[in-house]
Amino acid sequence: MSEFTLSPTSTPSPPGFSFDLTHRNALIAQSAAANNPGKLPKALKTGTTIVGLVYSNGIVLGADTRSTNDTTVADKNCDKIHYIAPNIYCCGAGTAADTEKTTETIASQMELLRLNCGSSTSRVVTACTLLKRMLFRHQGYISAALILGGCDVNGPHLYQIYPHGSTGKLPFTTMGSGSLAAMAVFEEGYRDDLEEGEAVELVRRAILAGIWNDLGSGSNVDTCVIRMDGSVEMGRNCVTPNDVGVLREKVVRSSVLDMKRGTTAVIGESFRKRSGGGVTLEDVVITEMET
Amino acid sequence: MDFKKIFRMNDKLYVGLAGLATDVQTLDQLLRFRMGLYELREEREMSPQVFTNMLSNLLYEKRFGPYFAEPIIAGLDENEKPYLATMDLIGAISKTKDFVVAGTAEGNMYGMCETLWKPDMDEEELFETIAQALLASVDRDALSGWGGVVHIITKKGVITRELKGRQD
Repeated sequence: MSEFTLSPTSTPSPPGFSFDLTHRNALIAQSAAANNPGKLPKALKTGTTIVGLVYSNGIVLGADTRSTNDTTVADKNCDKIHYIAPNIYCCGAGTAADTEKTTETIASQMELLRLNCGSSTSRVVTACTLLKRMLFRHQGYISAALILGGCDVNGPHLYQIYPHGSTGKLPFTTMGSGSLAAMAVFEEGYRDDLEEGEAVELVRRAILAGIWNDLGSGSNVDTCVIRMDGSVEMGRNCVTPNDVGVLREKVVRSSVLDMKRGTTAVIGESFRKRSGGGVTLEDVVITEMET
Repeated sequence: MDFKKIFRMNDKLYVGLAGLATDVQTLDQLLRFRMGLYELREEREMSPQVFTNMLSNLLYEKRFGPYFAEPIIAGLDENEKPYLATMDLIGAISKTKDFVVAGTAEGNMYGMCETLWKPDMDEEELFETIAQALLASVDRDALSGWGGVVHIITKKGVITRELKGRQD
């Protein structure tokens, strides 16, 4: 709890991860295994299908939108295509927090670099190098499997990055638990110099293969087209094969499910009126002035 | 017994923390501390979006030795529109339009909310719905229960109701 005791002028806590609770948590895990007082919470994973593809005039990235917690679907429409730079985007698979925070960190470093260099676009190799250095430094414990794509002065580039920091530069790639289903589609349909329409269609089919055939992937298809002229087209939810809204509208909702006033027994009630904002007298304990 | 799990951050923002009791209380202290600093420095209240990011970063700093707590953030944003978000114990945010659940009765709560929830309920109907969903869920969970509390955050203020629940 050093945050409370340190004065604001003393040295700030060091940057990076804090391992304060690791020892405590190991002990808790040990005793939890012995006494079993209930399961410890687990981190969200994105059992995922993500793909990337180079076409004649740029890059197409694709992702599904399911996020899972064990076997429960935690989020039916999450976003797995992350921003890195105006001309670079990155698909993430693995632990949700890890993919989110690593891409955020690198996006921030890339922006600072652009400001430093006075340029408007970044190079994809730079992002790739920063990402792989960060992941390698943490020895694979940051479980982020990434597909990085973008267009820069040297042309369109597509990289795959593994949690341990190894990278590959490829014309097309798939990652995540649905990678096999998606790769089957790519191997069947890919050829060099695809047109944009064909490339987007192939990516959609690859993601759909993951959505239907992999249990960890599901819901909708997201795509992102990055062209050589620098334009970016985000196809958020461009295919929604699992939309149940239309179906549900046709179902007559039983009035039994509408909870009537007074259904619940209440033993206490209070109303806290909204104040003007900021700290009010209610927030402080009033003590008599010492004289 | 009678353990507080929902904490008021400001008039328009409440946070619920499910998980290890010590971490729930520590996180509440840390959040109140940071909210206080923000309000003094910025002379304004923290918006739910900013709060969510702050909590997310707070949790992710402890990525390799996390606080065992799953937060739910509920409130009204600057435009008085409802804001609802949740995250896992290491800060992966997920925002939804309908409902979020967390804790040991999570599975039960999903089932209840999927059946009882409908869009555009008024505050009284929402209270009854959420109270019934909660009571039915915790009665089928050995680790939750001993009553319940519901906060309804409205433009005028916050209604807090204590529910009558099983005491076993």
